[in-house]
Amino acid sequence: MGTVNPVGNSVDETWAALCAGKSGIGPITKFDPVHHATKIAGELKNFNPLAFVDKKELRRNDEFIVYALACADMAMKDSGLAIDEGNAERVGTIIGTGIGGVKTIEREHTVLEQSGPRRVSPFTIPAVLPNLAAGQVSIRYGAKGPISCPVTACAAGTSAIGMAFRLIKDGYADAMFAGGVEAAVTPFGVAGFNVMRALSTRNDEPERASRPFDRDRDGFVMGEGGGIVILEELTLARRRGARIYAEICGFGCTADAYHMAAPPPGHEGAARSMEVALKSCGMEPSAIGYINAHGTATPLNDVYETQAIKRVFGEHSRKLAVSSTKSMTGHMLGGAGGLEAIVAVKAICEGVVPPTINLDNPDEGCDLDYVPHRAKEMKIEAALSNTFGFGGVNAVLAFRKFKD
Amino acid sequence: MSIEEKVIEIIVEQLDVTREECVPEASFIEDLGADSLDLVELIMAMEENFGIEISDEELQKIRTIKDAINYIKGKKGLAS
Repeated sequence: MGTVNPVGNSVDETWAALCAGKSGIGPITKFDPVHHATKIAGELKNFNPLAFVDKKELRRNDEFIVYALACADMAMKDSGLAIDEGNAERVGTIIGTGIGGVKTIEREHTVLEQSGPRRVSPFTIPAVLPNLAAGQVSIRYGAKGPISCPVTACAAGTSAIGMAFRLIKDGYADAMFAGGVEAAVTPFGVAGFNVMRALSTRNDEPERASRPFDRDRDGFVMGEGGGIVILEELTLARRRGARIYAEICGFGCTADAYHMAAPPPGHEGAARSMEVALKSCGMEPSAIGYINAHGTATPLNDVYETQAIKRVFGEHSRKLAVSSTKSMTGHMLGGAGGLEAIVAVKAICEGVVPPTINLDNPDEGCDLDYVPHRAKEMKIEAALSNTFGFGGVNAVLAFRKFKD
Repeated sequence: MSIEEKVIEIIVEQLDVTREECVPEASFIEDLGADSLDLVELIMAMEENFGIEISDEELQKIRTIKDAINYIKGKKGLAS
């Protein structure tokens, strides 16, 4: 597993920060947001891209691709997997992103306007295309199996891991790089979400701005980064003595068919997505101990996601721990599902649920155990990771404790 | 700065190679590890720095550092 995100540049650093309830939100430094209503975001801190790519690669790739190469590097080292002629065609790559190379589009569009079409960089298109995160990772490691890139907005990382899981399950691959990345803290990215009134404008209190399920939430805070895992077919992983964190056992994906950005009341699409994830592995709702919620801190999501969880889990919803780590990382859009899958897995492995910080006064209709402020120790047999995206996409992963 | 020095400075920056690798006979693709897109970017940088335009046909003839220097000198009316 590998991640770069606003609270850490590795899985260990991230897990420690999340369990300590540390916020990764601060003033935007990547550009001067002087005219933007929102002036805060979750940016990476002390991330050294040159530890993962050389100067030339850094210049020709957009940041979202560099983040993917960093996450993949950590995941690969952690997994101990070797890719050679014997297995290359059985190792695939599915890495999603919500937007792709928006920073490169902005920069090169300015070049186009100011200096004309002949001055646009020849690396523009391969830096912008969303599937180039997967493309560059496959090139670096010689992974010649299935490759794809779901562009399912804020669910992209989850869609990617779910699709990769099914490819292995259905026999099309033995191992997969899977996850999501995003680098959209740019003038255009922030402006676009700002005018939708989707972002928090609590600029004077950055660390308190992302407030999932709280009465005083006022939208999400944009984050960046991502997470990539390596999924591997069980018998092969066992044979090589791989360290197995958990079993990925279910994936649910549904559409709201309702509105381009808003979830419907009760969010039945999200509920069905959780149900499909559970049914796909024959798991009873009562087996789930923890849900890493979508929990964006937008007015609609948090109430409707709570309703959807209650519909699926009934009485058991009172016993669940449900937390939103977006309270600390912000919303990494297509990268969120990548990191949050890792969080769900770590929660199972460590028996600890990271908290929802800034939850001072739960809103009306938000009455589950959101693990406010402080991490909680509990034995977790299985967990879900929820992500929902614009376009009405709902994607849910189910993980359970690996028993050898 | 002479044309030679400026050309080498651009190559070092664009292709992420060392000054020592930039001998006159060095081929961009075979010796300096450039691909076709690197070459396009390199030529764009030279066009911008020297205020010239290099057509795609002319670009085909520029294989080595010496080719590039001679070409730019020719364009600037400075025989090598």
